[in-house]
Amino acid sequence: MGVKTFLEGWPVYRQLTGTDPLGRGAAAKSKVSDNLTSRNTEADRVVKSVCPYCAVGCGQNVYVKDDKVIQIEGDPDSPISRGRLCPKGSASLQLTTGEARGHQALYRRPYGTEWEPIDLGTAMDMVAERVLKTRAETFAWDTEDGQRVRRTLGIAHLGGATLDNEENYLIKKLLTALGVVQVENQARICHSSTVAALGTSFGRGGGTTYMQDLQNSDCIVIEGSNFAEAHPVGFQWVMEAKARGAKVIHVDPRFSRTSALADIFVPIRAGTDIVWLGALIHYVLENEKYFHDYVVNYTNAATLVSEDFRDTEDLDGVFSGLDRDKHVYDTDSWQYSGVEATAASGSRDSQYDARTGKGKSVADAGRAESHGHGGPGPSQTPHTDETLQHPRTVFQVLKRHYSRYTAEMVEQVCGVPREQFERVAELITDNSNRDRTTAFAYAVGWTQHTVGVQYIRTASILQLLLGNIGRPGGGILALRGHASIQGSSDIPTLFDLLPGYIPMPHAHLDETLRSFIEADSADKGYWANLDKYLISLLKAWWGANATAENDYAFDYLPRLTGSHSTYETVQLQIEGECKGYFLMGENPAVGSANTKMQRLGMANLEWLVVRDFSLIESATWWKDGPEIESGELRTDEIGTEVFFFPAASHTEKSGSFTNTNRLLQWRHAAVEPTGDARSDLWFMYHLGKRIRDRLAGSTDERDRPVLDLTWDYPTAGSQDEPVGEAVLAEINGWDAEGNHLSSYEELKADGTTSCGCWIYCGVYKDGVNQAARRKPGKEQSWVSPEWAWAWPANRRTLYSRASADPDGNPWSPRKALVWWDADAQKWTGHDTPDFPPTKAPSYRPGPDAKGVDAISGIDPFILQSDGKGWLYTPVGLVDGPMPTHYEPQESPFENLLYKQQSNPVRKAVESRHNRYAPPGNEPGSQVYPYVVTTYRVTEHFTAGGMTRWLPYLAELQPAMFVEVSPELAAERKLQNAGWATIVTARGVIEARVLVTDRMSPLTVGGRTMHQIGMPYHWGPNGLTTGDAFNELSSISLDPNVSIQEVKALAADIRPGRRPRGAARLRYVEGFQRRAGVTASTGQEA
Amino acid sequence: MTDIDLKAMLYGAEHDVARDAGYPDAPPRMGFFTDTSICIGCKACEVACKEWNHVPEDGINFTGMSYDNSVSLGADTWRHVKFIEQPKSLGNNFAGLQRAPVDLGMPTLTRPGDELEADQASEFRWLMASDVCKHCTHAACLDVCPTGALFRTEFGTVVVQQDVCNGCGYCVPACPYGVIDKREDDGRVWKCTLCYDRLGEGQEPACAKACPTESIQFGPLDELRERAAKRVEQLHESGVTDARLYGESPDDGVGGDGAFFLLLDEPEVYGLPPDPVVTTRDLPSMWKHAAAAAATLLAGIALCFGGRRS
Repeated sequence: MGVKTFLEGWPVYRQLTGTDPLGRGAAAKSKVSDNLTSRNTEADRVVKSVCPYCAVGCGQNVYVKDDKVIQIEGDPDSPISRGRLCPKGSASLQLTTGEARGHQALYRRPYGTEWEPIDLGTAMDMVAERVLKTRAETFAWDTEDGQRVRRTLGIAHLGGATLDNEENYLIKKLLTALGVVQVENQARICHSSTVAALGTSFGRGGGTTYMQDLQNSDCIVIEGSNFAEAHPVGFQWVMEAKARGAKVIHVDPRFSRTSALADIFVPIRAGTDIVWLGALIHYVLENEKYFHDYVVNYTNAATLVSEDFRDTEDLDGVFSGLDRDKHVYDTDSWQYSGVEATAASGSRDSQYDARTGKGKSVADAGRAESHGHGGPGPSQTPHTDETLQHPRTVFQVLKRHYSRYTAEMVEQVCGVPREQFERVAELITDNSNRDRTTAFAYAVGWTQHTVGVQYIRTASILQLLLGNIGRPGGGILALRGHASIQGSSDIPTLFDLLPGYIPMPHAHLDETLRSFIEADSADKGYWANLDKYLISLLKAWWGANATAENDYAFDYLPRLTGSHSTYETVQLQIEGECKGYFLMGENPAVGSANTKMQRLGMANLEWLVVRDFSLIESATWWKDGPEIESGELRTDEIGTEVFFFPAASHTEKSGSFTNTNRLLQWRHAAVEPTGDARSDLWFMYHLGKRIRDRLAGSTDERDRPVLDLTWDYPTAGSQDEPVGEAVLAEINGWDAEGNHLSSYEELKADGTTSCGCWIYCGVYKDGVNQAARRKPGKEQSWVSPEWAWAWPANRRTLYSRASADPDGNPWSPRKALVWWDADAQKWTGHDTPDFPPTKAPSYRPGPDAKGVDAISGIDPFILQSDGKGWLYTPVGLVDGPMPTHYEPQESPFENLLYKQQSNPVRKAVESRHNRYAPPGNEPGSQVYPYVVTTYRVTEHFTAGGMTRWLPYLAELQPAMFVEVSPELAAERKLQNAGWATIVTARGVIEARVLVTDRMSPLTVGGRTMHQIGMPYHWGPNGLTTGDAFNELSSISLDPNVSIQEVKALAADIRPGRRPRGAARLRYVEGFQRRAGVTASTGQEA
Repeated sequence: MTDIDLKAMLYGAEHDVARDAGYPDAPPRMGFFTDTSICIGCKACEVACKEWNHVPEDGINFTGMSYDNSVSLGADTWRHVKFIEQPKSLGNNFAGLQRAPVDLGMPTLTRPGDELEADQASEFRWLMASDVCKHCTHAACLDVCPTGALFRTEFGTVVVQQDVCNGCGYCVPACPYGVIDKREDDGRVWKCTLCYDRLGEGQEPACAKACPTESIQFGPLDELRERAAKRVEQLHESGVTDARLYGESPDDGVGGDGAFFLLLDEPEVYGLPPDPVVTTRDLPSMWKHAAAAAATLLAGIALCFGGRRS
C-alpha cells in the first residue's frame, strides 16, 4: 500500500476532502462495509424446496455454497406463500444445519442404561433380522373361525405425515407385503375425521377448496382452528379477503392470535360446536335462507328416507338400530326409501353380506375413511320429492332433527349469548347466495372429538344448504398441520386404507378379488371403477407376478379384522402381542393421547426403531421418562431394544409433499445428508432389500408377497439413495407399453395398466414431474394451475360443477368459476372443471346406466353414487346419519338436548391407565370442574421434535404454560408467571401460569364455567422443556375413525408445582378416590 | 460544500440524509413501515432476522407477559414483537368476551373506584407490534460514536461497523429509543442494520421478506409514507379511529424515522417514547456556549497578559 492510498483511506482525510463534512457517512465507511455482499449472492446454487412444517406448503429457496446450505428463504414465485415464511419456516436453516440434529446411529441394548454408537449397516441388518424373526413368531394365516388374514399383529408402524409421498408409498408397500397391517401416521390422530366427514358429504375426503381461494370469500368462518397461529402464512389469504371487505368470524374457546384479527370473536364452550352449527342449520331452514335451486338440484334434500328410520327426536337422543350392549348401531334403517341394500362408504364392509351374500361383516372397522362415499345399491333408484314437502324427504327429516337446536339452546349449552349467535347467523346468510359466498376453515378443534366426524358433517350440511360448495370463495377448508399429512392419507400409512382411499380388505370366508370389488365398488359415479383402481395398484406392487390367474395377487394383501388403529396397537403392545415398532417422524410419547399408555406399550416391546432428527421423548423414555421418575419403570428392567436412526432433512432428499390444498409440490435435494443421517426412502428401500436378500430362495408361501414385490428402484449418489422420481413415476403409473399415464380415466381392469395411487395418476404425465412445475404465481391467474400439481387431475376447487347453475351458467358473473361452453360442447372456466369434460348439463342417464354414465349433467358430486351432496348420510358413518350433539366423554355438564349424555357408540377404552371423570351431573364430576382444551402456538410444532431443540424458537415460547382467566386465577389463587398443577382422572402435570383476559368465563346452563387452555408442544427433552399435555388426555375415540378426544377434557387446577416421584401417582389416585372414579366410570353407552 | 446546512445535519428538517452524509448519487432513502394493525404476532421477523444476521439466542426465559418472551430490543434481539392485551375495542371488531364488570383486584387501566360499563367489560383487543431500530434521520448513536463505527449508509440507514466498533458504549445512552445495546460476551454494540448487506444487492431485509401478512413493509421512505397515510385514512373510515402514525414526520425530534409505525394506541402503550428527541439536539448550542466560554476565557487571558505587557 502506497502512502497516497493509505492517506486516502484515512477517514479524516476523506472527511476533509470529500462530500461528507461531518464524517458520519461515506467518510466513515470501512473497507469491510465497502466490500459487503449478501451471502445469497455467493451461493453456488439455489435449490427449490418446500417448508417441512405445517401443510401450507410454503415455497423455499435453499442457498448452497460448497455443498453446504447457507441460507433458506421464502420463494417469491410460490402462489401460495408469495415468498413469506412463518417463524418455524424461517428457522428451518437452524433445523437442518443446527447442532441439535443427531448424525450417529445409536443402539440401546435390552436392559441397557446408556446409548451405544452403532454402525449404520449393522443396525440395518439387525432391524431386518428383528422384523423377520418377529414376523415369523407372530404370523397368522387364519383367524380362529377360519378366515384368511395372512398377517402379523406383532409389528406396527407409526409416522408419515412429515415424510414424502414417495416414502409413505414405500412404507405401505413393503409393510403390507410383509403382512403388517398396523401401519399408521399422524393423519389418524389429526384429520381422520375429515376424510370420513368430507368423504361421505361430498365424495372425497380432502378439503373442497384451497387457501388462495379465500381471497374470493365474502365471509370467512374460522372455527375449530387457530388459523393465524397454526398456519400463519396461509392466513395471508384471510387477510387478503379482509382487505377486500370480507368479514372474518372466529369461533373458539379461547381468544387467540386468530381472534385478534377477526371482526367477530365468539367464545364457545369446547365440545359444543354441533349445537352452534346445528342452530345455524336451524336458522337457515326456519328463515328460508337456504339456496333453493342449489339444494334441490345438487343435494339429496329431495330423497326420501326409509320408513323404518327413527330420529333422535323420536328416541331421545339416539337413532334407530342402537345395540346398547355392543355399543353399535345397525344402520339398515337409516337407508333411503326404495332401496334395500346400500353400498356403504366408510363402513361399507357392513354391507358385505348383503352385497355378496357371504362372509361376515365387520362393523367396527374404522372404515369411514375409505372411498368416502356411498349410495344406493344395484339398479335401485331411491324415491324423491322435489317439492321437498314429503315428511320423509331428507329436507324435512333434517328440519325436524334440528328443530331443537335453537338460539336459546346455543346460549344454554355453548355459553354464547343469543344476540351474538344472531349477529353471526345474519352475516353468514347475508353472504351466501348467487352473488356471494362464505367459506369455512377448520382444523383439529373439530376433528379430535368422540363425535369429530359429525362436527365436520354439520358444517358440510350448512355449506350445502347455503350453496357454498364448489364455488369460488366458498367451500370447506380442512387446515392440515403436517407438511404432507394430506399425502399420508392419500398414499396412506393408515391401517384401513390402500392408496387412493381404496379400503383395505377385511377378512371374509372365501373372499376373492371379485367379491371384494362387488362389495366395495359403487354402481354409479367414479367409484364404480374400483376394479380399475385396485387392479392397477396390485400391478404396481407385484408387477408381472400379479396376473388374472392369481387374482392379481389380491390374496397377498393382509386382512383386517376390526380396527387396528394406533390406539388399538398401544393396547396390543401393553398386552404383549405387538413386539416390534417403527416410529418414523412421530413422537407418541408426547403427541398421542394418554402418553403413559404410549410409553408403557413401548416398554413392553422387544424392539423399537426411532427415526428422527434428535433424541425425542419416544426414543429416550427408557432412561428419563416420567415412569422412571415415578418409579413405575426401572431402566435396567426394561427389555426393549431401541435403535435410533438419524433422519435426513427436507433439504437433503428429493420428494413430494402434498399440502392442505391437495397440491403435490416437489422438493429437490440441495445437499446429501451427512454422517448416518438418511432419508426414509433410503431406510425403507434398503431395509426391504436386506429382507428380500434374507428371504431369497424361500419356498414359504408367507414370503411370496415380499419376494414377488417390485422393488428395483434405481439409486444415485454416494449413499445409494433411491431415486424419488422413479417412485413417483410408479405412483403415477404406466400402460402396457410402459408409457406414463396421464389420467385415471386411462386405467384398466384387465391388468394392462399399473398405477400406485389412482388419484395421483397424471402427476408424471408425459414423463414430466408435474409436481416440480414452478411457473411463478405472478405470471398466472389466481388459480395458478401451472404451479405444481393438485389431485385430482390438477383441479384446485372440487365439485366446481356446482359453481354453475343446472343449465351450466355461472350462478352470477361475480362468482363464475367453470361453465358449459355450448359452442365448444365442453366445460371450461378458470379452473380445470371437476366434471366429465364433455358431459352436457342436459344429459340424463338411462335407467340401466352404470358408473360414470349414470351421473347426470347436473350432478356435481361425481364420486357420490347419486351425484349429490349429502345432507343426510344413509350409509358410511356408524354413529348416525345426521350430526347430533353429545357431550364429550368427559364433561362437567349434562346434555341439555337429550337424555343421551355422550355418543352412544364412541369407543371408550377400559384400562387402569385410562380412567374417565364422572360425566355430567354424576357424583364426583365436580372434582374435575373445569374444561381443558389444547392447541398449537405459532412458535412450536406438534410434539415439539422439530422446534423445542431450536434456540431461535425455544426462546420465543420458552416454557409449557397454562392460560386461565383472571376470574379462575382468583378462584384458584393462581399467580401469573407462577406454577400451576393440572390434574385429570389419568395424570397430573405442571405448567407456568399465564393469567389473561383472553380466557373468559362463560355462562353455561345458568352457571359460570371456566375453561383452561394449554399448548401440547412440550415434553421433557430439548432446549425448552415441560410436562406433556397428553399426560392428561384419555383414549376415547370417535367410532368412525378412532380419533381421540383431546379438545375437551375435565380437570382441576391448583396453584404450585406438581408432586415428584411416586407422590405424583398418589396425587392422581387421591383425586380419583374423591371423584369415585372406577373402571366403569364413563363407560356407559 | 457551501450548500450544505450543517445545522440541519444535527436537528430539524433534513431532506437528503444520504447526500448530506457524503453520497452525492445516493439511491432513494429506504426504510420500514410497520403496520401493526395487520400484525399476527407470529414473530417470523424475529427469527428471520436472527437467521440472516446470525444473532445469538437471547435467553430462554418465560416472562408471563402475554406472548412476549423476548422482552425488548437489544444486542441479541433486533426485531421484537410486543403483545398488548387491552379491555378496549378495536373500533370495528366485536370481541364478545363475557366479562362480568367486577373488580378482581387485577391491575387494569382504570382508576380505582371506576366501574366498567357492561359493554366495556366485553371489549377486548390484543395489539401486536414488531419493533425495530428506527434508523433516525438524526441519529444520536451515530453522532456520539467516537470511532466512526456507526455510520450513515447510502440508503440513509444507520449501521454499526463491527470491524471498527471498540465497544466504548457511548451510543447506548445516546439512543432516545433504547435500541442499541452492547453484547456482553463480545463487548461491541449491535442492532438492526436494515440488512445493509442485502440492500446492496437489491434484496429486501430478511424480516420484511418473511412477514406473512406484510405488516412489515420495506421500500423507499417516500413511498412508504404515502402508503401509510392512505392506510390510516382507510382505517379511520372503517371505524378504527385509534390508528395513527408514529415516527413518520420529518418534523419530529429525530427528524423522522427511517423505520416508522402505524399504531392503534398512544406510543407509550407500546413502550415507545411519545416525543423522542435526538439527544445531540443541543450539541451545536452547547458547542456554541462552550466556544463562547472558551473565547471569553481566552480573551480574558489575552487581556491579562496583554495588559501586563502594555
